[in-house]
Amino acid sequence: MTRLETALLVLADGTTFEGIAVGHRPASGVAAGEVVFNTALAGYQEIVTDPSYAGQIITFTYPHIGNYGVNADDDQAARPHCRGVIVRDLARRPSNWRATDNLDGFLRRHQIPGISAIDTRRLTRHIRDAGAMPGAFGVADRDTLLAAAVADGGTDGRDLVAEVTTKQPYTVGPDDAGYFVVAYDFGIKRAILDQLVASGCQVEVVPASTSAAAVLAREPDGVFLSNGPGDPAGVVGAKENVGALLGKVPVFGICLGHQIMTLALGARTFKLQFGHHGGNHPVRHVASGRVEITSQNHNYAVDASSLPEGSHVTHVNLNDGDIEGVGTPDRMAFSVQYHPEAGPGPHDARYLFDDFTALMRQGADERVGG
Amino acid sequence: MPRRDDLETILLIGSGPIIIGQACEFDYSGTQACRVLRAEGYRVVLVNSNPATIMTDPEFADATYIEPLDVPTLTRIIAKERPDALLPTIGGQTGLNLAVALHEAGVLDEYGVELIGANVEAIRTAEDRHRFKEAMIEIGLRVPPSGIAYTLDEAMRVGAEVGYPVIIRPAFILGGGGTGIAHNREEMVGVATRGLAASPIAEILIERSVTGWKEYELEVMRDHADNCVVVCSIENMDAMGVHTGESITVAPAQTLTDVEYQEMRDAAFACMRRIGVETGGSNVQFAVDPRTGEMIVIEMNPRVSRSSALASKATGFPIAKIAAKLAVGYRLDEVQNDITRETPASFEPTIDYVVTKFPRWAFEKLPGASPVLGTQMQSVGEVMAIGRTFTESLQKAIRSLETGRYGLNCDPAEAEFDRLDADELVQAAAVPTPDRVFQLEAALRKFVSVERLHEVTGIDPWFLDAMLQIVEERDRLRQIGLADMTRADWRQAKRLGFSDVQLGYLWGATEADIRAARLRCGVRVTYKTVDTCAAEFAAFTPYHYGTYEDEDEVAPLTKPAVVILGSGPNRIGQGVEFDYCCVHAAFALRDAGYETVMLNCNPETVSTDYDTSDRLFFEPLTFEDVLNVCEALQAQGELHGVVVSLGGQTPLKLAHRLQEAGITILGTSPASIDAAEDRELFNALCEKLGIPQPDGGTASTPDDAVRIANGVGYPVLVRPSYVLGGRAMEIVYDDTDLRRAMGELALTGSLGREGGLSAERPALVDRFLEDAIEVDVDALRDRTGDVVIGGVMEHIEEAGVHSGDSACAIPPPTLSGAVVQTIEQHTRALADALGVIGLCNVQYAVKDGHVFVIEANPRASRTVPFVSKATGVPLAKVAARVMVGETLAELRAEGLLRPPAEGAHVSVKEAVLPFNRFPDVDSLLGPEMRSTGEVMGIDRTFGMAFSKSQAGAGNTLPSQGAIVLSLADRDKPGGLVAARRFAGLGFSIAATAGTAAMLEENGIPVDTIMAKVGESIGVDAVDLISSGKVDLVVNTPRGRGPRADGIEIRRAAMANGVPCVTTVAAAVAAAAGIAEAATREPDVRSLQEYHRDGQLRLEV
Repeated sequence: MTRLETALLVLADGTTFEGIAVGHRPASGVAAGEVVFNTALAGYQEIVTDPSYAGQIITFTYPHIGNYGVNADDDQAARPHCRGVIVRDLARRPSNWRATDNLDGFLRRHQIPGISAIDTRRLTRHIRDAGAMPGAFGVADRDTLLAAAVADGGTDGRDLVAEVTTKQPYTVGPDDAGYFVVAYDFGIKRAILDQLVASGCQVEVVPASTSAAAVLAREPDGVFLSNGPGDPAGVVGAKENVGALLGKVPVFGICLGHQIMTLALGARTFKLQFGHHGGNHPVRHVASGRVEITSQNHNYAVDASSLPEGSHVTHVNLNDGDIEGVGTPDRMAFSVQYHPEAGPGPHDARYLFDDFTALMRQGADERVGG
Repeated sequence: MPRRDDLETILLIGSGPIIIGQACEFDYSGTQACRVLRAEGYRVVLVNSNPATIMTDPEFADATYIEPLDVPTLTRIIAKERPDALLPTIGGQTGLNLAVALHEAGVLDEYGVELIGANVEAIRTAEDRHRFKEAMIEIGLRVPPSGIAYTLDEAMRVGAEVGYPVIIRPAFILGGGGTGIAHNREEMVGVATRGLAASPIAEILIERSVTGWKEYELEVMRDHADNCVVVCSIENMDAMGVHTGESITVAPAQTLTDVEYQEMRDAAFACMRRIGVETGGSNVQFAVDPRTGEMIVIEMNPRVSRSSALASKATGFPIAKIAAKLAVGYRLDEVQNDITRETPASFEPTIDYVVTKFPRWAFEKLPGASPVLGTQMQSVGEVMAIGRTFTESLQKAIRSLETGRYGLNCDPAEAEFDRLDADELVQAAAVPTPDRVFQLEAALRKFVSVERLHEVTGIDPWFLDAMLQIVEERDRLRQIGLADMTRADWRQAKRLGFSDVQLGYLWGATEADIRAARLRCGVRVTYKTVDTCAAEFAAFTPYHYGTYEDEDEVAPLTKPAVVILGSGPNRIGQGVEFDYCCVHAAFALRDAGYETVMLNCNPETVSTDYDTSDRLFFEPLTFEDVLNVCEALQAQGELHGVVVSLGGQTPLKLAHRLQEAGITILGTSPASIDAAEDRELFNALCEKLGIPQPDGGTASTPDDAVRIANGVGYPVLVRPSYVLGGRAMEIVYDDTDLRRAMGELALTGSLGREGGLSAERPALVDRFLEDAIEVDVDALRDRTGDVVIGGVMEHIEEAGVHSGDSACAIPPPTLSGAVVQTIEQHTRALADALGVIGLCNVQYAVKDGHVFVIEANPRASRTVPFVSKATGVPLAKVAARVMVGETLAELRAEGLLRPPAEGAHVSVKEAVLPFNRFPDVDSLLGPEMRSTGEVMGIDRTFGMAFSKSQAGAGNTLPSQGAIVLSLADRDKPGGLVAARRFAGLGFSIAATAGTAAMLEENGIPVDTIMAKVGESIGVDAVDLISSGKVDLVVNTPRGRGPRADGIEIRRAAMANGVPCVTTVAAAVAAAAGIAEAATREPDVRSLQEYHRDGQLRLEV
């Protein structure tokens, strides 16, 4: 008879959960990071491989994770950057025509530790009420885990982008594409590149530290600011670089890119209690009144009162009123807090990629005309 | 845009009687719509023929019409009420079809009634399969290759073009009636013929079968600003080929990647937009090829459906309520989510648990029907279970069904499957039947691989692997043994959904031992909350399910709590009537200052709406699960008691054990319940009170039964004790028949599953009073002994037809005042002697002016809502208050208990039978209840009320024409009376030679002499009916025995849509109805008007 390898999850405030070790088993018996939760029902592969989760441990609120295995197509990055996953039940036998492996094998292959059999609802309620906080899990004893949790610094002020950005520039999309876009890689998801390419762009992905001058020297039709992990204020040099680009070239930012753009405009960001992580958040497009169901993944948000003149709120979160999008028509820039590229999530906001190409067209016209 | 101010009065159409494919989910949706629209300040006019529903309670609409759902009646109501708008999407297919018919008849235009929620064009595009397919192709969605046929020849041609196997779907049907699969030309002939007959416009769609593909449904909503959301995704465990209503289904979808799910979501919205559903909910069904992922659209319903009721309960997102708001102008983002209170309805619910729906069938009540599941719906109800994992929710669903099972096998009933070897199990499981999951588990236990089972069933390996986990856990637990179970072991077992009964079976211990051992290890249930958002936001609605986790979310009680046990899945004999009673109790007790707690597992019902009670526990109605809830509440404050007498037999069965476990049972004591059920105690009681009973006795062996029968004389009525809906009840005429009946009682059906015949579970053998009039009485008694007679119902059919299948009338049309008085006296005496506190129902047989008591049940009966609608007295509410200790005098003073509104009208209840679904089952009525639902006719005279009840039941009586009379010898005297009346009304009569001679001797002309059915010479009744020249059939059973002689005639009547009555009493009533209808146009009056007039009459 088999009894499984028990493990504990301990949060920095001492709250303890019992579970079973799954995925990679670190030699230390400890995995630590900021514990966040995601409420999406499907899309765990995209979530686990989303570089925005660097430094974090992902709790899945849906109890069955791994049902359809993993496949070669749905990764959002070459490897996962999260620190671990917490689930209620890890499927042992995946079923899907595209599956090439099960999730447990995938986690082991990429050295991502996991813990299963957790009362993830209790954990989620706790984070909801107490706020996202560091935690540690593994087969180590409780004291070791608690110490590791307390020692984990969280994400505030840290430059997690440096851990995930590309070292070398690379290009995707055909040479004969209608638009040439330079994309800052703060932790870019493959789905974004796919959408840009599908909208007729060739994209050169550049490291997060690339200077504005180096970007402008590439003579792009537009600049894209990607999603990424952590605190926007912690990303070294980004605010300044983007500030130097605004007004010179059309800019579109998503998530961390949105936060960095608004910082560059002079706004402030703040940390949310537990962030938005899921695929069901309603957002109102202010201009049309239409509601979009959106994919979200962020712990920081833009402070509405700090938006400078010339910028306006284009999208609002209907659950909590947070800013979901900002536009500065004068400077040919706009950005959204949520993920119009989906991957995972609904496709309701894909029109934003067309808005970006329209803006680039307009930018080109103005340059020609001006 | 907020609420529309240009509308004042809105008409709602209900779905009519409960039938297979259309159950109480539409009571749920209709009730929600009524409440929402009235709260918005609209005047609501409701029409529904079904009196058992909650929506037809006079308090839910401004004008409530219990009238037949047909164009002439609706036209009268529209002419009278002049509604500004009609909301047709909450009354199922019936409501939608009627709305289209009213449009086509020009009625909506004539009276300026606007259709809201769906337009005719959208309904037609969604419902007409050909147009639907064209529309889908137009927007780039894939559909299976297909063609349309209107004749058999066309069908054969299309079949060849499309390529076999093909699926045949008739146009404009519900629940898949007439649908079938043909694998070759030969099968095509039969299936296409049935399909053409089932479609009201003789149109069938023939399409390439995708049997074996994965099946999904999305519940979507759209507002007038084109905001769209998916409320819920559902994955069918059973692959394509089994109707979704017959499938075990799971929410959310389990085996789709996000990429595939989002593609489906986009397709669902595109479909809804193209079809043109401007506001409201729709259901879109998809099939996915498990080998390639190819996705095709199967169909869409542009209305609230059974799946949307399921989706609402599965997520906490009230689709019907929000659909009603959208229909009157609101946008999704203008409607608040009740559960979180701070987020809008324009979001997509996300859940952190797994929901399993399991259908409930009634094949045991329909001898002759084959229990093979297919594309046609045959289930009569369903349960839903919530667990944190699929394994847990599957096991909970199974024990919610009340079929004597406590989970996925691992209980005594598994012996039936363990007898088979691995290959036999695989073979059995290859055919979808209600037993398939149990066969799969047994096969897995015999080491059959998941792959092999997937291959033969098409069930996704993920689901099969979940079953395998249950198998492996069972093996693990068996090895550990009860004595060595650790806390972690208990937790793991319970988390996989094992019930204490299953574990007891595994280790040879009692349920009580298991519970005690488990609690000693500290493993007890925790309750989580259904909150639409996976805990992202705080939830204000205590809608709970039980599971085994760390944290319990039950909040402290603020007031004394009353738990109301619901009635579980709809089945024949126990349906929406009991939900009505439970819901009324919840309302009444909430008003009386209690915290009301509902416990039920039927997702179709109003009782499982999260705002019907203060708290809702969506849990199985087993002892373990009920006691768990009671203990959880006791831990949070004062549990005043549990109501067991309003949910039918389901909760009643638990009364004793709950009391033994220290839980207070409100109302009549369990000991009194036993006194009524225990035949010997009851006999003694009647004897003491001097109330005559038919002679009889209690038998625990066939020999006993024969001895009793010979003592009292044949015919005798044989039935098990503790039954509802006459399960296995039979009238027998001799020893041989009696022995057979006793044998069947002991072995087959669910009684056998519950342990068979024994001294604890004896059979009752009573003298059967032939040709007696049966009478039902509902009464109320309080703790002081005060009794109120709710209603005395005279049955139209004579005794011997189950009361649930018989039509009945209030006030009694033929009983003398003296007889009624005797009946009322007996009822009072019995209620007193039994110490009833609350409702009781007593059945009598009246023969030659003598009153015999048949049985008494100290609980709510299925007629309570009918009586309340007929008299205006809210019996269930009064009963609930009485059960918590109030007196009738107090409730009279408060105004809740009023005298019945009577004297100015007659109400007739008629049963609705499912025989059109089961062509191989005889439609003859007997002591076994087989009706699925009921309708009511109400008017100033008996004849007109009866006529309306027949129209409501889909048996519209003709005004003239030809009648076929085919009578049993013993019915000939009574038949003569009926024949004379029909002749007097100008009907031409066709009869067989014997009957014709008798009629002509008595001066009644016979126009056609028919041959006997089966004779080779001459025209027989079947030929005549099939030729379309018959307008009414009166066919009564011929004597005793298998009674099969008339079956061909009744089948022909059904196939040709000719109304058919099977008792002389009903024929006489029909004649009265036809006579009455000839003298005046039927008129329509609302219940509110009837009740007001009745009250005025009383005051005068």
